[in-house]
Amino acid sequence: MTDTSIQTDPAAAPPKAMAISDEVAIDIQGMNKWYGAFHVLRDINLTVYRGERIVICGPSGSGKSTLIRCINALEEHQQGAITVDGTRLSSDLKNIDKIRSEVGMCFQHFNLFPHLTILENCTLAPIWVRKTPKKEAEATAMHFLEKVKIPEQADKYPGQLSGGQQQRVAIARSLCMRPKIMLFDEPTSALDPEMIKEVLDTMIALAEDGMTMLCVTHEMGFARKVANRVIFMDQGQIVEQNEPEPFFNDPQSDRTKLFLSQILGH
Amino acid sequence: MSTASKSSARIKPFVRHDPLPAKAPPMAQSGIARWLRENLFSSPGNTVMTLVAGYALVWLAMQIGPWLLNGVWSADSIRDCREQLEGATGGCFAVIAERWPQLLFGNYPSEHYGRAGIAFIMLFVALAPLLFIELPRKMLWFTGLFPFIAYWLIWGGSLWVSVMALAGLVAGAMVYKRLEWRSAAGALAAGIVTAFVFWMFLSGPLVAGLSAVVPLQLAPVESGEIGGFMINFILGTTCIALSLPLGIALALGRQSNLPIIKGICVLFIEFIRGVPLITLLFVASVMLAYFLPPGTNFDLILRVIIMITLFAAAYMAEAIRGGLAALPKGQYEAANSLGLDYWQSMRLIILPQALKISIPSIVNIAIGLFKDTTLVSIISMFDMLGMIKGPILSSTDWFGVYWELYAFAGLLFFVFTYGISQYSQYLERKLATDHR
Repeated sequence: MTDTSIQTDPAAAPPKAMAISDEVAIDIQGMNKWYGAFHVLRDINLTVYRGERIVICGPSGSGKSTLIRCINALEEHQQGAITVDGTRLSSDLKNIDKIRSEVGMCFQHFNLFPHLTILENCTLAPIWVRKTPKKEAEATAMHFLEKVKIPEQADKYPGQLSGGQQQRVAIARSLCMRPKIMLFDEPTSALDPEMIKEVLDTMIALAEDGMTMLCVTHEMGFARKVANRVIFMDQGQIVEQNEPEPFFNDPQSDRTKLFLSQILGH
Repeated sequence: MSTASKSSARIKPFVRHDPLPAKAPPMAQSGIARWLRENLFSSPGNTVMTLVAGYALVWLAMQIGPWLLNGVWSADSIRDCREQLEGATGGCFAVIAERWPQLLFGNYPSEHYGRAGIAFIMLFVALAPLLFIELPRKMLWFTGLFPFIAYWLIWGGSLWVSVMALAGLVAGAMVYKRLEWRSAAGALAAGIVTAFVFWMFLSGPLVAGLSAVVPLQLAPVESGEIGGFMINFILGTTCIALSLPLGIALALGRQSNLPIIKGICVLFIEFIRGVPLITLLFVASVMLAYFLPPGTNFDLILRVIIMITLFAAAYMAEAIRGGLAALPKGQYEAANSLGLDYWQSMRLIILPQALKISIPSIVNIAIGLFKDTTLVSIISMFDMLGMIKGPILSSTDWFGVYWELYAFAGLLFFVFTYGISQYSQYLERKLATDHR
């Protein structure tokens, strides 16, 4: 359903296997969230199928980060239901830990653990959460560090790496848990322009491997190239969602038009 | 047109084709004369300051120098000292030479000094793997056993008392391990109850029975006989070792989402911090006896250890809370998002970093605590200061030898506190992985 729209973009190389199954990965029904009296997320309904690559954009304060942070319970929602990979999110800590171990997350500021080496950053969760033997966890970590193209940094500390390298380590760290879904919270916003590409390339490779991804980002080139769906949020609501091509070329809502004219205008 | 030509006249187009090679930095200028000029005599004001400070240093050295150099090291009494000095300035260090056993050990039986000495040396072996991560981790087994061995060596009596104390802990730990998978908090409570039940009901008869079969007996020493620097050292090391984990627990409790736990921790910290240590020590020495059933033999040293530990733990908790608050929220979120549970994220991610941030404040508290152990002289325990004030200064031989004794006490404390401070700086350098 998305192939045609992506291929109309001449700049984008045709993606490899980016099949989307009918299986539901995340299901959000009637979700509402407040910060005190402030209504941050208003009646969010969103169904994500396995293999989907969704880009969420919108002005700052529109609730896009809060939305994806609700999916792995970093933020608590007050109303509605979130079901991740068949597990209903509740206040039960066991459920939350289970969902978190299935959902990887990358943050704007990487949030690597500065007191551990790159390799230890990657093996920590597999060893303690998945109870993987250390040797095996290290092999997996090296595999993913090679995938993000920095195996030679394994014994360094995060503080010795550039921002782009740190973000790629953060991606590798998440992948070491073999997550079924990856959440990206503005992964390139804190990076120098020269480093953005290396992180985006890693994310594209991940998409080509068929990972279910939800990305909050302002990288519209990435959205056009990789996403099969773009969601525009404003004031805590989903204002518009569509496939990338019609979304960018023919936005329906005035708010979307204004937003796109402002970020694509120069 | 004219503006364009003007600006193009100012901006010269430039392109670099061959990159500049990196050069070695310029040689540092050195020489004593240069150093003196830059650091001591760079301005008239600076020169005056240097001269004044220099004069003060020389004056101080001239005052203390003769006192140290002319010092008398062997004499029977202060009168003997004065006769030997014949009116010249000089310290009467003979008091230290004659009374060092009392200063260091109090009234500890002299034939058992060796036991205390062995415990002292073993302490450093036990501390080594905690202080230096490079040492083999197997040494931690000895660290775990050390408190029990040290207790036996210092207080004497049957080794089985120590063994049973340890056995109670092991039993508690086993219960905890068994139940851990259900709920960590419940397992902890069950473990503690098990240990106490073991100590209350089982260990007494077992000690009696086993001692009858295999004695393993050392000559017992009463708590009242332990004194001098030894008691400061026992109190200092024990209370630092116990207050750190308690402080961590209180700091985490204060951050807890559970209102009851948080309330208890806040109440405890605020109460203990609001009360002078002396008051707590008086409670330990006098008041506690009212609350305990009559006839209970609750050792005074143990009571003092509990009070100082509680006192220090409240301060440790606040120091560690500072470290916890200094960590970016992202660290908690990253740990959570990887699926680590609360205890895992605390132990593996949060505490290692928070403790590293808190090292200076923790060491500050540890040094303060070590020196504060001399306050026990006020509740008439004969620690080092109690020994000086009491038996030594009130003896007819050494009445009036204040400077030498207090200087010696000061020096001894300084050696250990300076050691602690140097170690903490080493640790900070070693743990600096952020490469800022």
